[in-house]
Amino acid sequence: MGSSSLMDDAEIGRAVTRIAHEILERNKGAEAVVLVGIAARGDDLARRLAAEILRIERRAVPVGALDITFYRDDIGIRAEAPEVHETRIDFDVNDRVVVLVDDVLFTGRTIRAALDALVDFGRPTAIQLAVLVDRGHRELPIRADFVGKNVPTRKDEDVRVALREVDGRDAVLVQDAVTSHLGERA
Amino acid sequence: MNRHLLSIDDVSAEDIVRIMDTAESFREVGTRVIKKVPALRGRTVVNLFYENSTRTRISFELAAKRLSADVINFSTGGSSVSKGESLKDTALTLQAMGADAIVIRHSSSGSPFQLTRWVRGHVLNAGDGTHEHPTQALLDLYTMRERLGRLEGLRVAIVGDVLHSRVARSLSFGLVKMGADVTLVGPATLVPPDAPHWGVQVSYDLDEVLSKLDVCYLLRVQTERQRLEYFPSVREYARLFGLNRSRVELLPEGSLIMHPGPMNRGVEIDSDVADLPQSVIEDQVTNGIAVRMALLYLLLGGRRGDGEEAGDG
Amino acid sequence: MASLELLFRGARVIDPRAGRDEVADVHVRDGVIVDIGSGLDGPSAEIVDGNGLVLTPGLVDLHTHLREPGFEQKETIETGTRAAAAGGYTAVAPMANTDPVADDASVIAEVRAAAARAGLADVFPVGAITKGLEGEVLAEIGEMAAAGVRVFSDDGRCVPTARTLRNALTYARAFDDVVIAEHCEDASLSSGQQMHEGISSSSLGLTGQPGAAEDAIVYRDIELARLTGGRLHICHLSSARSVELVRRAKADGLRISAEVTPHHLVFIDEDLRTYDTNKKVNPPFRTEADLDALREGLADGTIDAIATDHAPHAVEEKEAEFDRAPPGTIGLETALAVALTELVAPGYVTLPRALESLSSAPALILGARDHGGPIEAGRPANLVLFDPEEHWTVEPPFVSRSRNSAFIGRELRGRVRCTMLHGELTIAEGKATR
Repeated sequence: MGSSSLMDDAEIGRAVTRIAHEILERNKGAEAVVLVGIAARGDDLARRLAAEILRIERRAVPVGALDITFYRDDIGIRAEAPEVHETRIDFDVNDRVVVLVDDVLFTGRTIRAALDALVDFGRPTAIQLAVLVDRGHRELPIRADFVGKNVPTRKDEDVRVALREVDGRDAVLVQDAVTSHLGERA
Repeated sequence: MNRHLLSIDDVSAEDIVRIMDTAESFREVGTRVIKKVPALRGRTVVNLFYENSTRTRISFELAAKRLSADVINFSTGGSSVSKGESLKDTALTLQAMGADAIVIRHSSSGSPFQLTRWVRGHVLNAGDGTHEHPTQALLDLYTMRERLGRLEGLRVAIVGDVLHSRVARSLSFGLVKMGADVTLVGPATLVPPDAPHWGVQVSYDLDEVLSKLDVCYLLRVQTERQRLEYFPSVREYARLFGLNRSRVELLPEGSLIMHPGPMNRGVEIDSDVADLPQSVIEDQVTNGIAVRMALLYLLLGGRRGDGEEAGDG
Repeated sequence: MASLELLFRGARVIDPRAGRDEVADVHVRDGVIVDIGSGLDGPSAEIVDGNGLVLTPGLVDLHTHLREPGFEQKETIETGTRAAAAGGYTAVAPMANTDPVADDASVIAEVRAAAARAGLADVFPVGAITKGLEGEVLAEIGEMAAAGVRVFSDDGRCVPTARTLRNALTYARAFDDVVIAEHCEDASLSSGQQMHEGISSSSLGLTGQPGAAEDAIVYRDIELARLTGGRLHICHLSSARSVELVRRAKADGLRISAEVTPHHLVFIDEDLRTYDTNKKVNPPFRTEADLDALREGLADGTIDAIATDHAPHAVEEKEAEFDRAPPGTIGLETALAVALTELVAPGYVTLPRALESLSSAPALILGARDHGGPIEAGRPANLVLFDPEEHWTVEPPFVSRSRNSAFIGRELRGRVRCTMLHGELTIAEGKATR
């Protein structure tokens, strides 16, 4: 499979730092902010952002993980019920600014599911979206507030993010026309 | 996973792990303020309960509702399951209503199998006669894993009227499948003579096995059966097999006491024993909802069987 | 179409009584066999080409349930004898558990009359041993014997006390050729039973009946036969121990005979794991070891005959929860094919022995002199011509009114082409003539 690298580990590191700064700038500090990463890999990125914010602002921001499997719109369509991950949100989201964090923004359906899930946890003041890669091809009216890198892709290409915490290294990869049915993230 | 859950035979060891892992997520949902997810929105789950069992039915009902499915209850006592209407006719009616899943509890062993011949939806066995009660076994396995961290090598005793217990069958088969070490304990007349074929040991002496257990699982003794002369009296049963305070002292530290409910306090288990911290009977109930949610999700979350024919049994 | 003069040409004629197994022609006229030999001529006869086919005495069923009077929704004498003819049978013995029970000559006469009207098979009604099958007072055995009844049975039930059976065996000695046929089952051991008690029943969660429920009564009944000198026939054997008991009783010179059903020669308790109610029978299917013993018993003659225990039940009765479905399977239309496919082909029993167990042996026990051969000049022409190779799959609908066959879905070989009853064809080219 022809695969090429869109971002290497240095670029990812810089993107994370920049996004952390942008979150602080936009929200005038970290006081009302909580981070919720969309499992899987979104939560690892959320933890990295929290670490950056701690370094920059000397402030610990609460981090949670959200599994959106039960909110997906394709349950009953795939051969098997989609795989489930962990949800852990130990803090109150009411009256806070929730920054959703995900690795790749594509059709927007994952984010739509995440919004539905989040709203069941409470009523945030605002929900913002931070993504490492925006690859276009939106099918719903969703947009990211903070973007690591905008990458134009063909719809049939497969964009994958590898993270040190899970995959042993940091990289953003694109592969040609892989017809994958499983683990297809929108 | 198989299309139906009729017996523990329908799930492999890998399936069981997957069910338990999925149940973990649903347990978390149960801790939220809004204990509901839209996963099975638009699906219809029918509870077909020929035997009165409020607890199991409510557990399934909650499980389905928390998945946002629509629930229909057909139970005896209501006008729906009228006297004289055959199981087949009831099945065809449910089919016509578009039931995606039917949860059936019936006093005749094998009825869930027969149901699969007449309906297209998924069939879940909520207890058939003296045959099996797979969802109970799965929630018990989940509870054991959650409290003790593993299933393989666990030493479990199942105590009581094994002969007439569908829970005992499902649980034995499930534990053996997951590599646990099972001993059936009870009066000789209430332990099936062929039980060793299930991969389990048999003992007629509870005191002998207590000190080597990780889990002591008590079955409800049907005091009505006593009339069938399987054992002389409830008193004698309690004396030989009841889990009383002094027997609990023999259990190793950290071991669990479990019971599928409802309990005969004072017969198979003393009242104060039931309320001890190592008794996880309440957990079993809570976990029941999460495990049933996991089962409904895994069975119905895959592609809808639109072209599928009835007759998978 | 029925014909009054027929010549079966070139079939393999297997005649157990005459000890014949060779290709021959058989000439039939006016209900009687006229000649048998090779190169026969019959210028006015209709020729039936028997090339590749087998001709043998018409089959005789010692144990069947025609359900009339009283249970016509399951079967009638007409539909039952038509099913019998389709299966190659020229004589059947319907059991007495009708409504009213056949415990006196009037019910017997009614059954005979209905059979004669249908004209599809010779019917030899079985009389009850006890009044109403209640197991207490003897039925009008003498009156029924005078009316020609030879076999008496409370089948469906077991005679509950040894004393009653002893009396029946003793009383019956007064009448020529009368045999008491017992359904051996200790009701206190078998109560609530759905299948054989063993490893399978234990995992399927169904109440079982141990082999001992049958063995204990077989033993009891054999001892009573010994005590009384009476003639005893054991119905539908199902266990290895029973076979052994019968073997020893015969070695002791007692007047014992025994039968086994086709389905008990095929299925075991494990086959019930899908809860198929068509496989729910009484006595139940037991273990592999029992199955082996039954096959051996049939092969060595310990078990004299195959009898179908054809037990029709209405569709709605069988399409119910397992424990609510009545036990029984139909069997008249499949018995021959089952014997050929499951006994002869695998080599458990030779073809002549199998055919003997289906015709001449039961005819002897029943006292049906016109049936079971030998195929020789002057004898009534009760014959069946079949294709031993034709493959077919057992599927409803059946000729029988009911469809509860344990063999549904099974592939069998062996198909009846002609059944001849007293010289008239009841089945021609595989189809009923009336």
